[in-house]
Amino acid sequence: MAGEKNRKIEKIKSELKRNKTATFTILFLVLIILLAIFAFLSPFPPNKVDVLNVLQGPNSKHLFGTDELGRDYLTRALYGGRVSLTVGILAMLISSSIGVLVGTVSGYFGGRIDNFLMRTVDIISSIPWMILVTVVSIFLTPGLKAIILVIGLFTWMSTARMVRAETLSIKEREYVLYAKSSGQSIRKVIWKHIIPAVFPTFIVASTVSIANAILMESALSFLGLGIQQPLSSWGSMLQNAQGNLGNAPYMAILPGLLIVLTVFSFNKLGDILRAIVEPKTNGK
Amino acid sequence: MSSNIEEKSNLLEVKKLRTSFYDGKSKLEAVRGIDFTVKKGEVLGIVGESGSGKSVMVKSILGIIPTNAKIDAGEIILDGKHIENLSKKDKRAIRGREIAMIFQDPMTALNPLKKAGDHLVELLIRVRGMKKKEAKNEAIELLRMVGIPSPETRVNQYPHEFSGGMRQRVLIAMALACNPKLLIADEPTTALDVTIQAQILELLKKLQTENDMSVVLITHDLGVVATICSRILVMYAGMVMEEGMAHEIFYSPKHPYTKALINSIPRVDGEKTRLKPIKGSAPSLTKVAKGCPFAERCELAIDKCFTEMPVYKSFSSTQKCMCFLAGEGDKLDG
Amino acid sequence: MFKYIFKRIMQAIPMLVIISIICFGLIQLAPYDAVDAMTTPNMSERTVNLIKERYGLNQPAYIQYFYWVKGILSGEWGYSIVTHENITKDLSVRIPNTILLVLPAYILALVLSVILGLVAGARKGKLADKLIDGLSSFGIAIPSFWMAMILVFIFGYQLDLFPILGMHTIGSEGSFADLLSHLVLPCVVLTLSFMPELIRYVRSSTIGQLSEDYVMVQQAYGSASVTILFKHVLRNVLLPVITIVGMSLPMLVTGAVVTETVFGWPGIGTYFVKAIQGFDYPVVMAIMLLSSSLVILGNLASDILYSIVDPRIKGMGE
Repeated sequence: MAGEKNRKIEKIKSELKRNKTATFTILFLVLIILLAIFAFLSPFPPNKVDVLNVLQGPNSKHLFGTDELGRDYLTRALYGGRVSLTVGILAMLISSSIGVLVGTVSGYFGGRIDNFLMRTVDIISSIPWMILVTVVSIFLTPGLKAIILVIGLFTWMSTARMVRAETLSIKEREYVLYAKSSGQSIRKVIWKHIIPAVFPTFIVASTVSIANAILMESALSFLGLGIQQPLSSWGSMLQNAQGNLGNAPYMAILPGLLIVLTVFSFNKLGDILRAIVEPKTNGK
Repeated sequence: MSSNIEEKSNLLEVKKLRTSFYDGKSKLEAVRGIDFTVKKGEVLGIVGESGSGKSVMVKSILGIIPTNAKIDAGEIILDGKHIENLSKKDKRAIRGREIAMIFQDPMTALNPLKKAGDHLVELLIRVRGMKKKEAKNEAIELLRMVGIPSPETRVNQYPHEFSGGMRQRVLIAMALACNPKLLIADEPTTALDVTIQAQILELLKKLQTENDMSVVLITHDLGVVATICSRILVMYAGMVMEEGMAHEIFYSPKHPYTKALINSIPRVDGEKTRLKPIKGSAPSLTKVAKGCPFAERCELAIDKCFTEMPVYKSFSSTQKCMCFLAGEGDKLDG
Repeated sequence: MFKYIFKRIMQAIPMLVIISIICFGLIQLAPYDAVDAMTTPNMSERTVNLIKERYGLNQPAYIQYFYWVKGILSGEWGYSIVTHENITKDLSVRIPNTILLVLPAYILALVLSVILGLVAGARKGKLADKLIDGLSSFGIAIPSFWMAMILVFIFGYQLDLFPILGMHTIGSEGSFADLLSHLVLPCVVLTLSFMPELIRYVRSSTIGQLSEDYVMVQQAYGSASVTILFKHVLRNVLLPVITIVGMSLPMLVTGAVVTETVFGWPGIGTYFVKAIQGFDYPVVMAIMLLSSSLVILGNLASDILYSIVDPRIKGMGE
């Protein structure tokens, strides 16, 4: 009964192995994540101020130079990656969970519940995300937790819509109808049949939502509304770099490139997965 | 209207046509060496199940195959001129003017954002060099000719305001607008209700005789062919299995596939023969077997059928068939 | 059609009401007292109470809500608690500045995207497509502020071609040429940041349209591919673009928050960021209300426009 799910996942696996771009993006993402995790192996402590080596350009000792407090820039960028990736992944987990929950409930039960949930989605989506997220962050103490929560809590709407559409079509399939008529509890039907079937959609949505969360975090941090000192993310490093653009332009390069490549890789992965999950967009 | 000599001269000759689809390294042979002719003033029926390569074949003739398809070989001679190697521009000049085509699904064949009349007007301006005003009047005339009631108002309506049958009439009007020598109708009635089907076929027949066109009617439905075609080509897996005059195909079919097709027509004459569906489905064209393509589904297949390609046998000046067993005594006449 | 438009308007009104309730609720929740915006610490308690009474601030919340809505509708959007300035007045200065920046950028982006998207879609899989599609996938991943920084560095610091901050050079406020040179960089950044998604949309829409049957029919009647693209496909591609344009209405206000901040452009974006940083709740809520109303109105406008332009919807309900 769950064969369909397995088939789709098998297909995803084999396609990913075949597709060169996919292999490349996955390798890059794994590399970035590993580098961020093992950032502590760097010979330079991330917060050690070194007044003798302030604002040095890239050199043999500091591959990407030092910042205005003499800290090794590459090391800081890797630690910044920890923060950015953490925000991206955790915010994705929150938003995807809410999205899947709302989407399946809405699609499965239909009627008033569906109507209510979808109107809620409409209303939340009608507030521009930047406004919404910043307004809500006023009520929280700014910092890592706040930004994860805020992004996670207000970006689940598109996932919910996608999952709902998928649920609507799945709940009419025979095996689900059979399970329902044979007296399985609603919770069991949702867990055993609906959730596994929407899983591929969920994977696509979450890959893209990691990318979006990373972009959002970087914009908020750049505006000074996100990650606060002493923590730094790629976005807040760029905010810092903006102030030194005249005398240390190299500071803008590394964090920016890391954001672009990471976001691009997640998006690309999402595109590839979508093409596999929905073959019609892939075909002629 | 047409003299005997004209009836016998060929309008279109297709020789050894091969067309394949390419997907990366894999190749799918949709049309595998087809020969046939269309005579002036005749209605030729091309019959086959879906996937037999009928549509691809006629689209190859027009040069409107999808980008991932390619004509590998073959000659196409229209009115004595080779057209297979024409430049894109010259080929375009043939489309519409010499050969017009109507399609299976009238619901999607018209641009939803253009008025029905504008489809005709554009065509008349481009193909017949008319002025706008003149073209509009001619468009109304054409709509009337294909049996659309109150064409003066219809001409200004959008496709969604027409029913399926009416849209097919608009498309037929488009074909007529160009005065083509040959009209190719690709499953023109498949998407329509049965009663509408009959009307459209009647209209095609009428217009064919009035305008002295040749018509190629492609269909998977032998019943449709029976009503208007004088000659029939039976296609299977990109090859012609049997060819003959309508009465020959219906009353003395030689190929087991033709017989199976005829047996699968539901009969209305009261005779209670069981409807016999053909077992299996059309073969995948990616893995082309050595022998007869129909062998796998043929109830009479012998060992040879799987290993060797049969050659055509002639049974009259007009009928030929590609089967080892054709004409071999009673085995086939069951 | 009028039935449809009426129905759509009727759907939009409750949305606006709910949005206004949410904004009002957030103002109530915010840790400040609305009266603070209108008083100074020197005022006596009696004066403060008088002001409270005058603005209905001593009434229960739901009555205050009506006062508030009445104020909003009559253009009275309250006062900043940081600067004590009238928000309506501030907005009326800031909004035109933002529109001046966003509108040309958006129009430019739209035109370029339609062209590039059509080209990419029509040449799917060919070099032009690979280039356009590849660059737009990259473009989506580029944060606009980073792009802004790079442009500022190259054209501002290195080449010294354009000014990089503000709207005017001090002393030449009236000069149009001066304004224009200030406009170039932020406008380019905005255009480039609007484009990738638009291009991808137009491209996939073009690909979808080109696989439609009517295109094949036109080919079968000898139309040249260019003719088909411009006379038939273009319309069908542009139609859904209307929806996107409608939905972009709020961008006129909030479309450039980040870009304005980088370039110190005195528009809504910088106003908003400053308000957030200074916990200037009335200003923040005013902008939130304004932008979300624009989202709803934009959706409404695009639906109505669509129903006028698309013959298939036009026919409905008649």
